Amino acid sequence: MRWRAEKHTPFLLLSPAILTILFVVAIPLAFSLYTSMTPYKLTKPDTINTFVGLRNYVRLFSDDKFWWAFGRTILFLAVALNLEFILGLGIALLINRITWGQRTLRTMMMFPMMFSPILVGFQFKYIFNDNIGILNNALQALGITDGSIAWLVDKPLGMISIITAEVWMSTSVFAILLLAGLFAMPRDPLEAAKVDGCNPWQVFRHITLPFLMPFAFIAMTIRSLDVARAYDIVDVMTGGGPAGRTEVLWTLIARVGYDNSKMGEANAMAYVSTLLSVAFTYYFFTKLVAARRYMGGAE
Amino acid sequence: MASINLNTVVKRYGKTEVVHGINLDIAHNEFVVLVGPSGCGKSTTLRMIAGLEDISGGEIRIGDVLVNDLPPRKRNISMVFQNYALYPHMSVRENLGFGLKIAKRPPDEIVRRVDEAADILGLTELMERTPAELSGGQRQRVAMGRAIVRQPGAFLFDEPLSNLDAKLRVQMRTEIKKLHQKVKTTVVYVTHDQVEAMTLADRIVVMKDGHIEQVGTPMEVFNHPVNTFVASFIGSPPMNLVPARIAGGEVVLADDTRLPVPGRLAGRVTDGQEVILGIRPDDMTPVGHGIHDSGEGAMLSLPVELAELLGTETLIYTRLAGQEAQGKMFDPRDVEPGEVLEFRVALDKVHLFDAGTGRSVRLD
Repeated sequence: MRWRAEKHTPFLLLSPAILTILFVVAIPLAFSLYTSMTPYKLTKPDTINTFVGLRNYVRLFSDDKFWWAFGRTILFLAVALNLEFILGLGIALLINRITWGQRTLRTMMMFPMMFSPILVGFQFKYIFNDNIGILNNALQALGITDGSIAWLVDKPLGMISIITAEVWMSTSVFAILLLAGLFAMPRDPLEAAKVDGCNPWQVFRHITLPFLMPFAFIAMTIRSLDVARAYDIVDVMTGGGPAGRTEVLWTLIARVGYDNSKMGEANAMAYVSTLLSVAFTYYFFTKLVAARRYMGGAE
Repeated sequence: MASINLNTVVKRYGKTEVVHGINLDIAHNEFVVLVGPSGCGKSTTLRMIAGLEDISGGEIRIGDVLVNDLPPRKRNISMVFQNYALYPHMSVRENLGFGLKIAKRPPDEIVRRVDEAADILGLTELMERTPAELSGGQRQRVAMGRAIVRQPGAFLFDEPLSNLDAKLRVQMRTEIKKLHQKVKTTVVYVTHDQVEAMTLADRIVVMKDGHIEQVGTPMEVFNHPVNTFVASFIGSPPMNLVPARIAGGEVVLADDTRLPVPGRLAGRVTDGQEVILGIRPDDMTPVGHGIHDSGEGAMLSLPVELAELLGTETLIYTRLAGQEAQGKMFDPRDVEPGEVLEFRVALDKVHLFDAGTGRSVRLD
């Protein structure tokens, strides 16, 4: 019996994994790649048989709306990640100095991560609401403003509001990873730097921060994937509007794919978005590997 | 270049006092070794000099400047740590030059001084490597290089060789000695290894439980220990200490073995005084096997329990008045357990300590 041959055994043993990956990942991926090259509309299933090559991609690249969403996603990513890094670093440094109640604070710090993004979105939608929102109420009660500010409608403010919600929810990812880094940090180099003539800021800048960077890059990798596919929080707060002012890639993709039922075009966008995520992950991962190299084996 | 003065320096952690009012004057360019068992306060004292620990009481002066409230960077010192404490993300060159860079020295001066230090320590080939790519001995050398590059007033060493293997430790010990001869600077060196202390120090400071027990040159500390602790701590193998009593001008051991009281100590003891007899293994040597018996000293017949051949000498484990004791035989031959040997005790080198206080009777 040829099937009994020993060289087939590994494949046989791996077949559950291979089949799962095939049906769950590979086939849908190939299928969506194919549909991104058809004018596939959900309302006209036959259109899936018309092959149009790269026409969807060509149309996409000459579409201003797409490029705006693309650029806004990158801006969203850059601002949110940097803010989260800086705030997370601050929180981690503060918690690291606490000697009493550290565990409790560490747990409390994680609370925002435990909420669903949908709920966080709703919460901030109410905070930022121009009629009944608590923020406008507070500003007016304190006499800082007279009229109401349209937080979710105004052009730059809409994006700022969404970023605020995102930062509130996910800063603790940075904080917890950087805190782990601070706990793992050896004390000797810090003391050596003090003796070598560093003031506290220089110790932080030249010794602590470089040591923490690998941890920051891990957080960046995780978070860049998260933010690049941001959909729920944006959809709940503004739905990408008004007039597309807060449209990011995935809200646009959902609109084109499901509302306009142009699945072919939406899939083409999704592919571009996936490549963007891969690019970010690759970038941070290279940085991480470079930063880790000198840490390996060092005492 | 600086002297270091400690004036009744105290260290407390909460209510626990770990260093009890230490006084110590270290001269300019002197190599001083703080030695003692772990927990004796030697590292804490060094870290107070460095400014890495607060001083709970007393005064520390470096080069006549009161440094009690100065941060480490303003004390003009450099330190070599037990775990090397290299900066893992910097190359050897950057590690060496870091202190100068922070001090904002001009780049060409940094390069010159770093190259100089690298040359002294044989690091020239390793300049572009990171600490992770170095062996233990190389890391140790970089740590020392980082210290000398800055040309500080004083070097502080905190057990720098304890993470190295035995062979490398001996080699680095020699290098530190040579380095001090090349780069004349005040050095304070902490170790628990009395051999390092003996070989490196101009002066040894023996510490125990937060007190200084004795300060002196290696020969003083070795030849004239002030008490039983110093006697047993300095010297390897340690001094044999046997309880005894003075009776009729003789030292009488528990099993009625009698040795005459050495002439130089005759006036220092009184009849009936309880004492501890101290004999270094080197001063208790078997005779009659190729070694001529000069007839000096006192003789003891003792059975061999165990013999350790060390090459040029053999360490003999025996029992003196019920106490474990060691002697040294400089006659290379096999010794069988149970064999009875005639040991000659060099009486002029015998020590007597008061049994109550542990102090050498020489001092009373």
